[in-house]
Amino acid sequence: MRYAMAIDTKKCVGCSDCVVACQTENNVPIGYCRDWIVEETNGTYPQLEMELRSERCNHCANAPCVRCCPTGASHIVEGGIVLVTQNDCIGCGACIASCPYDARYPYPDGYVDKCTFCYHRVKKGEKPACVEVCPTKCLYFGDLDDANSEVSVILKKRKYKTLIPEAGTDPQLYFLI
Amino acid sequence: MKEELIVSGRMNPYVDPTLNIWHWQIPLYLFLGGLAAGILFFAALSYIRGREEAHSFAVRKMPFLAPVLLVIGLACLFFDLNHKLFFWRLYTTVKLQSPMSWGAWVLMVITPMSMVWCALHIKEFFPNWDWKYTWAKEAEKFAQKYKLWIAWIILIYSVILGVYTGILFSAFNARPLWNTSILGPLFLASGLSAGAAAIIMFTKNKEERAYFARIDLIVIGIELFLITHMFMGFMASTQVQIEAANLFLGGPYTAPFWIFVVFLGLVVPALLEILELFDYHVPALVPSLLVLTGSLMLRFLISFAGQESRYLY
Repeated sequence: MRYAMAIDTKKCVGCSDCVVACQTENNVPIGYCRDWIVEETNGTYPQLEMELRSERCNHCANAPCVRCCPTGASHIVEGGIVLVTQNDCIGCGACIASCPYDARYPYPDGYVDKCTFCYHRVKKGEKPACVEVCPTKCLYFGDLDDANSEVSVILKKRKYKTLIPEAGTDPQLYFLI
Repeated sequence: MKEELIVSGRMNPYVDPTLNIWHWQIPLYLFLGGLAAGILFFAALSYIRGREEAHSFAVRKMPFLAPVLLVIGLACLFFDLNHKLFFWRLYTTVKLQSPMSWGAWVLMVITPMSMVWCALHIKEFFPNWDWKYTWAKEAEKFAQKYKLWIAWIILIYSVILGVYTGILFSAFNARPLWNTSILGPLFLASGLSAGAAAIIMFTKNKEERAYFARIDLIVIGIELFLITHMFMGFMASTQVQIEAANLFLGGPYTAPFWIFVVFLGLVVPALLEILELFDYHVPALVPSLLVLTGSLMLRFLISFAGQESRYLY
């Protein structure tokens, strides 16, 4: 099993509904977020192109945060989801420094927190909160090993890219372009 | 010209606009750890080579500073943690892939070992010292018997400690400036140089001072060589590493790095030590203080600049 997410940059309008849904679902403290919107503008005026991306932890197959964690608090569970065990985390910051996507933050209690792909929902067969609420239905979630899953189907049809593949992390967020 | 503008809604103060997770505690600890490693390395080396009498200060007295430095360093590490009460989790796991994990274990070996070494030489400072309990006397006898073994353990672990202070940074490939394995030998050399400088600063024996000044000179040469190679490697590498090097080659860290680390921390003390070799009298305090300051600055600049270097997106 290999969970992954596809984000349609052509359909995303940058409304931040995914951000708010996540903050509500996961009790994210005020001032932080587990997912966020990036607006990237490219070109020379007046020929400009804008790409909107809903970003979060890439749940890398070769995760530098898991490698650098000195206590094993950052670990990979079934389906390739990267999680942090709160009471194993000493809050040293190694994982925050090791993440090229800057997806982690220290929770006010001290341990490090990040996107869990809503593991508590996924376990029950539900979709992550951000996918569930997206008004333009631009987020696709599922199992890459299952050829009929939503995410496998869309990745077969569309062109996509991943972020900073040169960092050697084998990221599992696919941005449809 | 084609331009790119990225607006992110993240606003996490620890990573935006650049990484801001480690402050003064980590570079200060890396300096203290490197200095302690240098002091212990020369104490153990001189003892193993049978130079205990010739280098009596380096072997018997200087190491008393090491456990103090290590304990202050460990306190810095502890106060830097965000989830402090769970620090003991470090010692319930061994993770070889994580330099922080094996570094924590190395500290767990070398800190008590440095204390044992001091206990063996306590009569240097307290000539009438008496171990009040028989078990303590027995323990001292035991350690005395295996002193050569202890020296070897300290020698090996001091090298690992010195390298680890640099490898800690190299493991983070997300920060292109840190992501070079040359930081390991560079920080080891810087720690050894600081250790030799501390001996030069405090010893009263003229020959011992001259000997360690020569050693310091060699290590400074190696450091200059490693710094040159570090920048050559960056400039021949990918765009992100070229930009990381540019932080020091025209960017905001240029002046502090080349003035305090390279010129005042390496070149000037090397020249002063060469003058000393030709029998010009140079107060020992000057080159040693310069070397120690340069070593401290190297840690601070690499730590802060590394947090500013990042991937392009």
